Amino acid sequence: MDWTSNIQGLIGGGFIGLSAVFLMATLGRVAGISGILAGLFLDKPNRDELGWRLMFLLGLVSGPLLLMLFGGLGNAADSSQAVIGAPSGGIPLMLIAGLLVGIGTGVGSGCTSGHGVCGLARLSRRSLVATLVFLLAAMVVVFLTRHVIGGAV
Amino acid sequence: MRAFFGYIAGLLFGVGLGLGGMTDPTRVLGFLDIFGAWDPTLLFVLGGAVITTFIGYRVILRQAKPMWGDSFRLPTRHDLDGKLLMGAALFGIGWGLSGYCPGPAFASIGNSSYPLIAMLFAMIAGWWVARRSPFVQ
Repeated sequence: MDWTSNIQGLIGGGFIGLSAVFLMATLGRVAGISGILAGLFLDKPNRDELGWRLMFLLGLVSGPLLLMLFGGLGNAADSSQAVIGAPSGGIPLMLIAGLLVGIGTGVGSGCTSGHGVCGLARLSRRSLVATLVFLLAAMVVVFLTRHVIGGAV
Repeated sequence: MRAFFGYIAGLLFGVGLGLGGMTDPTRVLGFLDIFGAWDPTLLFVLGGAVITTFIGYRVILRQAKPMWGDSFRLPTRHDLDGKLLMGAALFGIGWGLSGYCPGPAFASIGNSSYPLIAMLFAMIAGWWVARRSPFVQ
């Protein structure tokens, strides 16, 4: 086990939790990325709602950039200095994956943050089930692509 | 003021993802690959986030309303339905193929590449489809 990576993960998780608590304390919203961003891109224009969602996205993008500015605070697998890793697949695979992630989080009303972080913290049964289902589905896919089809992806 | 709070929340989230290594799909796929060289980092990130949020929500949700808004907007449903299960399964398949869930995908814009941009547009298209699909209404 790589304890440096694990402990840094725990601290990173703490920041994500702080974000969720801060958003609930100030605006009364769940920090669900798929919900916030789907609303930003697809809701009828409404200045009051779009403003904070757009700024949330800017904050989300500037977080890793801030870490890169300080240097050495990243936790990528191959180089702990790097903050943002490269995609593991080409454009066709990423198009399919993106569509599935979009449709899935849209229909299932949440992603790793809304269900996995905020939902589990509220002890929601729906979120617990959703989290177990998407974790299991993702693990099965990785098993198939890495160990059955064998390095095709 | 709402925009400022939104920015701070997003910044904390992005810093957390970056510190935790979640903006690297290799780490995420390494966690999902339980039959390979398993990488537990994601479990620590999720654990740290859930524990912090659990404690924070306990304190915050005791107040009558948020600092800047008239009410806490929390999901009210408790039932398990086909949409929830089907949606979660489709999301899991996409997550397993790419190693990106929505947060890390958008947080990685700072070091972007054509495959990442393709995924972001496809994701927005997916949200659009989900809103129009007969399952959702």
